[in-house]
Amino acid sequence: MSEVIVITSGKGGVGKTTTTANLGTGLALAEKKVALIDADIGLRNLDVVMGLENRIVYDLVDVVEGHCRVRQALIKDKRYSGMFLLPAAQTRDKNAISPEQMQKLCETLKEDFDYILVDCPAGIEQGFKNAIAGADRAIVVTTPEVSAVRDADRIIGLLEANDLRNPKLLVNRVKADMVKRGDMMAIEDVMEILAVDIIGVVPDDDQIVVSSNRGEPAVTDPNSLAGQAYRNITKRIMGEEVPLLNLEEHQGFMQRLKKMFGLSV
Amino acid sequence: MEFLKIFGKKQTSSSVAKDRLKLLLIHDRANCSSEILEMLKSDIIQVISNYMEIDKEGLDIQISQARSEESNAVVPVLYANIPIKNMRKASNS
Repeated sequence: MSEVIVITSGKGGVGKTTTTANLGTGLALAEKKVALIDADIGLRNLDVVMGLENRIVYDLVDVVEGHCRVRQALIKDKRYSGMFLLPAAQTRDKNAISPEQMQKLCETLKEDFDYILVDCPAGIEQGFKNAIAGADRAIVVTTPEVSAVRDADRIIGLLEANDLRNPKLLVNRVKADMVKRGDMMAIEDVMEILAVDIIGVVPDDDQIVVSSNRGEPAVTDPNSLAGQAYRNITKRIMGEEVPLLNLEEHQGFMQRLKKMFGLSV
Repeated sequence: MEFLKIFGKKQTSSSVAKDRLKLLLIHDRANCSSEILEMLKSDIIQVISNYMEIDKEGLDIQISQARSEESNAVVPVLYANIPIKNMRKASNS
């Protein structure tokens, strides 16, 4: 059974694109056929995070306007079998496609893929409406900050109003040491406030910057803690039950490791 | 800085964030349904007017927050202040 999952957040800069790239790659590593759609028309970025920016010929708008077939626009990621990217158009705007066109595209892709992940633009306007049009499920990305959680609440309301029931929450960039000091909201706080199910917690990890520098998603890096978190979330998407990553335990381990090598912490 | 800790236990910034968010979301969520609140208000006026005469101008209905007696969590409450002009129905008098 194929599924279309939209990755959304409301607020910009919380890690939607990174999440889409990592979860998509994680699913491809689990032998699933995956298509990533960058729905952020005019501000395309998923191609860069995936390291596929030099291979774009056609884009999303070309497909919906009938300039090419879907297969022509899909870029095959040669590193992971079964992984394809449909890039956004860079020189057009959000009104270039309609929710109906997006829905039709998702239906077409469902014939060939197990999972279709849609990277939603920030905001609640046309771009958001387009991105969620063909979705079966939604993942709401937030960080433990007042502004991001507030926007997540708004997005959850809008998703439910659009019949995307029971969206799942992904809390990104959690700093275990700050939570411990009482200087960052804990996952439990965010869950209590938003009253939705959680699909995963991703720690703040310098390795994410390194991996997006290189265009290689962190999920492929066995030493990255964020990569581990993404691997767990991938399993949960596929229906497996995996306990949430204990960030404090890992933090302690990392600190011990750093101390062992004489690095200040 | 140490003496500050002795004199007053300062709230952690995460609990400040949590409290601010709770209040913020009550307002956000209530704003989304201001129409519903208006509809509720007119329904309440209608029902109570069947039994007594009330001051429609002085009526105050809003959504605020209170601590739940059972779970001690902050929950939204419907606050209504309805001044009664006459305990008897207006049409009866």
